[in-house]
Formats: sequence, structure tokens, C-alpha cells
Amino acid sequence: MRKIDFHTLGPLIALIALVVLGASLNSAFLAPANITNVLARSAFIGMIAVGMTFVITAGGLDLSVGSMAAFLAGITIIAMNVLVPNLGTHWGTILIGMGVAVLGGLAAGYLNGALVTKARIEPFIVTLGTMGIFRSLVTWLADGGTLSLDYALRTLYRPVYYGGIGWITWPIICFALVALLGEWMMRHSRFGRHVEAIGSNDRVARYSAIDVNRVRLLTYVLLGLLVGLAVVLYVPRLGSASGSTGVLWELEAIAAVIIGGTALKGGRGRVWGTVMGVLILSLIDNILNLANLVSPYLNGAIQGVIIVLAVVLQREKHAAGER
Amino acid sequence: MSVLALENVGKSFGPVTVLHGIDIALEPGEVHALIGENGAGKSTIMKLLGGFLDPTSGQVLLDGRPVRFASGPEAEAQGIVVIHQEFNLARDLTVAANVFLGREPGGWRLDHAAMRQATAALLKRLDSPISPDALVGDLSVPDRQMVEIAKALSRNARVLIMDEPSAVLTHREVGALYAQIEGLRAEGVAVLYCSHRLDEVAHLADRITVLRDGRVVRRALRGELTQDGMATAMVGRELQDFYPPKGRPGDEIALEVRGLSVPGRVHDVSLSLRRGEVLGLAGLVGSGRTELAEGIAGLRPASGEIRIDGRPVGIRSAGDGFANGLAYLTEDRKEAGLLLEKPLRENLTLAALERFGRWRIDRPAEEAALDRATQDFDIRAPRRDMVAGKLSGGNQQKLLLAKTMLTDPRILIIDEPTRGIDVGTKSQIYAFIRQLAGQGLSVMVISSEMPEVIGLADRVLVMREGRLAGELQGAALTEDNIVRLAMGVSEAA
Repeated sequence: MRKIDFHTLGPLIALIALVVLGASLNSAFLAPANITNVLARSAFIGMIAVGMTFVITAGGLDLSVGSMAAFLAGITIIAMNVLVPNLGTHWGTILIGMGVAVLGGLAAGYLNGALVTKARIEPFIVTLGTMGIFRSLVTWLADGGTLSLDYALRTLYRPVYYGGIGWITWPIICFALVALLGEWMMRHSRFGRHVEAIGSNDRVARYSAIDVNRVRLLTYVLLGLLVGLAVVLYVPRLGSASGSTGVLWELEAIAAVIIGGTALKGGRGRVWGTVMGVLILSLIDNILNLANLVSPYLNGAIQGVIIVLAVVLQREKHAAGER
Repeated sequence: MSVLALENVGKSFGPVTVLHGIDIALEPGEVHALIGENGAGKSTIMKLLGGFLDPTSGQVLLDGRPVRFASGPEAEAQGIVVIHQEFNLARDLTVAANVFLGREPGGWRLDHAAMRQATAALLKRLDSPISPDALVGDLSVPDRQMVEIAKALSRNARVLIMDEPSAVLTHREVGALYAQIEGLRAEGVAVLYCSHRLDEVAHLADRITVLRDGRVVRRALRGELTQDGMATAMVGRELQDFYPPKGRPGDEIALEVRGLSVPGRVHDVSLSLRRGEVLGLAGLVGSGRTELAEGIAGLRPASGEIRIDGRPVGIRSAGDGFANGLAYLTEDRKEAGLLLEKPLRENLTLAALERFGRWRIDRPAEEAALDRATQDFDIRAPRRDMVAGKLSGGNQQKLLLAKTMLTDPRILIIDEPTRGIDVGTKSQIYAFIRQLAGQGLSVMVISSEMPEVIGLADRVLVMREGRLAGELQGAALTEDNIVRLAMGVSEAA
């Protein structure tokens, strides 16, 4: 038996430890209502983080996803509010709204990807720029306040977040599907292999007849699509969007990717790890809220320690492997 | 008395013993060549001498006294300088800043003028036209090598350890390097010189130590060993048939290039390649050989006409090339050929992944392909799931060849097929190339090693300054004629 492989098992061990800790601190922790709550709230960041895993593995980065989510939520709400007088309070209106979110996500992802691959600008710079643009646009659309979905429509739309099959709500189902599909794509599809190859060494990829720009562009489009999907599920939760929607989501998503063992410099993608990372971050939040051990205000500090620790553990494994 | 020596040194990494009872002594004013196949233990010896590793048994002697260097820099403080095969230069700093990196003159304020002046003097001593203010990232690979040598000289080395210093130098620069090494020898510096180029060893070395499988198998003084003798000692068997017998190319033209230009690098080159032919492409480093090949293969923007089997084709990417049965095998296997951090299997199938399943990559088929490749190309991997970067250079090259062949090319352009590869593997690769030509492939071999071009190719084209300088075959195919064409000494052979 070889030594424990921290790359693949580390996040899982941490997750199990957190579950045990949570259960021992508060009996309410394992109640179905709490678990549903934790998983459903993880779903937004989770779906975005799965997309982010592909972008980072290909050697890119996307800082704009939080603002993009807010902007997409904003235009989705506006679109539906505009359509209500004509189409009525109707599932058709909601479907069109969902279409706006998803198509908007694809377009926004394409914009990021095109600026990175066609205009050849560093991903950090591109997405820092679009982050500001999306954030500012949603604030402007809301005129500094909040965009609220038509009340009757909100009632109709609510079950998309709160409903589901038994206690497994739709966001959990969507997150699970996205995670399964993402894992499959990274491990077993040509696209995933190409993403890893490009992040590992894009010159080798180009000499191996991989269309480097196309694959890179697709990672951003995929991420945009997943942000759109997250928005479809997010809008019915609160029925509103404002300049403060989705703040810091990009960093939470990136943190989850890193905790999961994906290398920030690219070349090695771990979708399962990302899912673990997302769950670890939301469990910490949840446990702090349930147990009166540490102030919930220290949540960020604990998450920060976890991120640094995860990277240190992975690096030590790596260095040991070098020798 | 020797300035630096290993005495009965053994070295083990875990359970693997890589050196057994090595004795080697570097004398002042002497060039000592260390030769051996890849994996024979040369780099471990260099690391032991340079203070980067400690021996498992035996000792390192400096001026006759046992020493234990804590690190490479500590050895450097004692005047032991190592020039590594992989460069240790900061690309975004100037030449002068690199030469003085870590030992900048002046107190808190950098003394730019002094650094520039001293660097200029060193470069002049090396007969190199590089400006001290140039950014290292803007320099060509041979120029960077010169900067490394200048950096070592600035350390006032008593012992200079050089790992394959000439592998990337042009003819003229190798001349400057020889002159410099001879100058250092005259100044009393002890030089340890590792090289795969046996002609260099014969030319430079006062003393030769031959390694095989971690043991010293032969020691000789200047003139005692011929190049053949060295090769035999390294391999441990007679190297008969080093080059396979030449074949009989067909008459059909497989690849025809007309008026190909790569902006700034290649001007109006026309050539043709027949079925089953091995065509050599010789010329100095920088004469545009690689650029020509990359232009043909769609890896660089190029203009001109390319016909495959008489049909005009447009090749704008490596993928277009593969689709038309044309593959280019890069000279830069570490940066453009293989994903060093990825396992062998993923490297092997990367360029031909669409053959392994439409949606889902068929892993058993990949494993089967790896089995076939390791057998067909004799790839010796200690572990099946290891990463490509841990293979020896020769096995990396075989893996790259296997990877390229998986795209089923009918025309293969191989750039520097044996750079940094040991003698035994070289002859294997020659045999592979000839075997492929025998199967009807058309092969173009770009090489800086003239014996290789002459021994391998049916016909040789020589490039100079981005143009074709001439064509040689049959009795006219001699080193002398290649050099003349490559240097522009005479127009016709």
C-alpha cells in the first residue's frame, strides 16, 4: 500500500472530518433540512466552480463570474418583468427568462474567451475588466437599488429553487449532474485531455495539432454557460438582483478549485476535488452558524487558513514525489 | 596535486545505486572529458563535484582534503563552477544583470556601469558580439550559452564543470568555446567536459574517463583512444553498422515545395522529396532549417506552394499537416514535443486522440497503443505510469517518435533526431528512420551533426542564411562539401 495521496484523498478526508465534527457539535447538523440547505446553497458556487476548474486547468482564470452572475440575474429579471404584461404570469415567461440567463452566460463567456484568445490579453486583465463592467452594468440597471421580480411570477418560479424530488431540491440535482458531467469530460473526453495538455504546455499542444485557441475559448464559454445555469436557479431564491449580488463568488469558486487540488498554473484538473472544495467551504460556514464555538464572523479567516493549508499539503506531496 | 577529486565514491538514491567506487581527479591546467551513455552516471558525478549532492560512500577531496559542500553556491564560493545543460538565466534581466546575479557590485545602489563594463570585457574575451544591455529573453539559444559561459568566467573559476556546452552552439561559436577552454587551461583551471560529441572530446581532452552503468570502464590520455574506441568503451560492444545501409528511394515525388518563404527567416526555397527517400537538411544553426520545416508543417506563417502526391495542399496548422499525412517532429522535445508532467500514455496519444473514440477516450485502446509503441520503438520505462519527464533523453525521443507515428504520416520531417542522446540509442533511431523509409515513408532529417546527415541520408540539401545553398549526393556527399556550402565558401560542390 502506498502512502496516502493527498492530491486525490486529502479533500475527501477533510470533508469527512468536517461532517463528523459537525455531527458531534450539533445534532441538528445531520437533519435532512440542514443538509438540503447546505447542498442547495453550495449549488451556485459549485456549478460555477466546476466551470472554473476547466478554465484554470487550461491555464486561464476568470475573475468576472460573480459580477457576471449579478448582471445575468439583473437582465433575466428585467426581461421577465417586461414580458409579464404581454405574456402574463406564465411558465412561458419564465422559460424565456431562463433562456436570457443561459444565452447571456454563453455570450459573456464568449466575450471573455475571445478577448483572451483573439485579442491575446492576459486572462487576469481581461476578466478584471469585465468584472468591473458587469458589476457596474447591474448597478446601473438597478439604478443603485434592487431589481425585483414581478411578485406573482416569483411565486410561480419559487419551486425551481425550493422544490425538487423529496428533500433533494432542483439545485442539488443540477449541481450533481454538472459535477458528474464535468468529471466525465475532464477524465474521459478529448476536450478534457486537450484542456489539460494546453495548461501543461500550450506549445506542445499546438505542435500536437490541438486548436489551442478554440479549446481555451470553449473553457470560458462553458464557464459562462454554467454561470447562466446558476442564475436560473438563483433568481427564484430571492427574486431580486442588485449591485451586491454574487459579490466574491469568483474568489469562492477559485478557492474551491484550489482546495480540490487543481493546480493554479494549469495542467492538472480535478473536478471531484472542486466539488469537495465547495462542500468544505459551505460546511465550515454551516458549522460555525450551528455551533457556538467560534464567531461566524471568523468564517473568512478559517476558510483562508484552509486554502493555504490545502496548497501546502499538496505541495509537500509534490516535493516528496520529485525526489 | 589534483584540485578536486572523487575518491572511491558511491551514490545511491533509495534502493538504486547509480555510482560504484568512482575515482576521478581533476588536475589544474587540464581538460578532463567525462563520457558515457545517458544514464551512465555523468550528471550524478557532476552534481557531486559541484556540491549539489553528497556521496553515499567515499569522499570528495578539495586540494587533497575531504570536503562536504552544503550547497552549490558554497562550492561556487570555493571556485567550483558548474554550467548546466539547462540554462540558469533570468529571461527578463539584461546580460550584465545575469552575469552578476547574486553578486552585484556596489553597496545599496547597483553599480550599473561597473557591471556593464566587466560584462563587456568578458564577452570580448569570448569573442562574442552580444551586448551587455540585451535582454536574455531576446537572445538566441547559442547566445544564451555564451552568457552562461561568461557568467562562469566572472566567478574566477578554479574548476569549471561543463555539461554538453556545445550542444546548441554554431560552428563558429564552438570555435570560440574551444579557444576559451584552451585559454582557461593555460591559466591553470581544471575543466571537466561532458559531451556526446566524440570529435570534440578527441580534440579538447587531455584525459578521458569513460563511464558505463555507474562504473569507470576506461581511462585514457590524449591520443590513446580513437572516436571509435570511445564509442565502443561507452556502449560495451562493437558498434558495427552504426548507420543502417541506405535504401533505394522510389521515383514518385511525395512532397514538393515551391518558392516557400517564411518572413525574415526563409527565402524562396523549393525542394522535392521522393517516396521512400531519406533527405538530409544540413546547415548552420540559424540558417533557417527549422523555420523551413515549421513553415512546411503549418507551424509558422509561410507563403509558397506545397504539393503532396502532386496535389496542392493548404497547411496552416499541425492538424492540416496530419490530415494530409505530413508530420513534423520537433527539435525541442522538452518544450514543444512532450508534456513532461504527464504520463507516457497521454503523451503517446495526444496528437491522434480522435482515433481513440469519438466521445469517450477508449483507455484500453490507449494502453494497447502504449504496449505496441514500447515494443516497436523499444521505449525503456522503469514504470508504466511514470511521467514522460522522468524518462532518459533517448527514451523521450523514442516516445516522441512513437507519438508522431501514431498520426500515420506518409511524410515525416524529423528535426535533430538525436540531440542529447547516447550512442546506443542514436543507432537505434537511425535504424527506425531507415526502416520507416523502407516502408515507403518519405523522411526529411534536419541535423547539425554532419556524420549523421552523411551516414543517414540518400541526398542532402544544405541551407545558408535562409536559402538553399546546394544539393549533394553520392560521392560528393562529404563533410568538406557540406561545410563549404553551409559557410558559403564555394557555390558548387
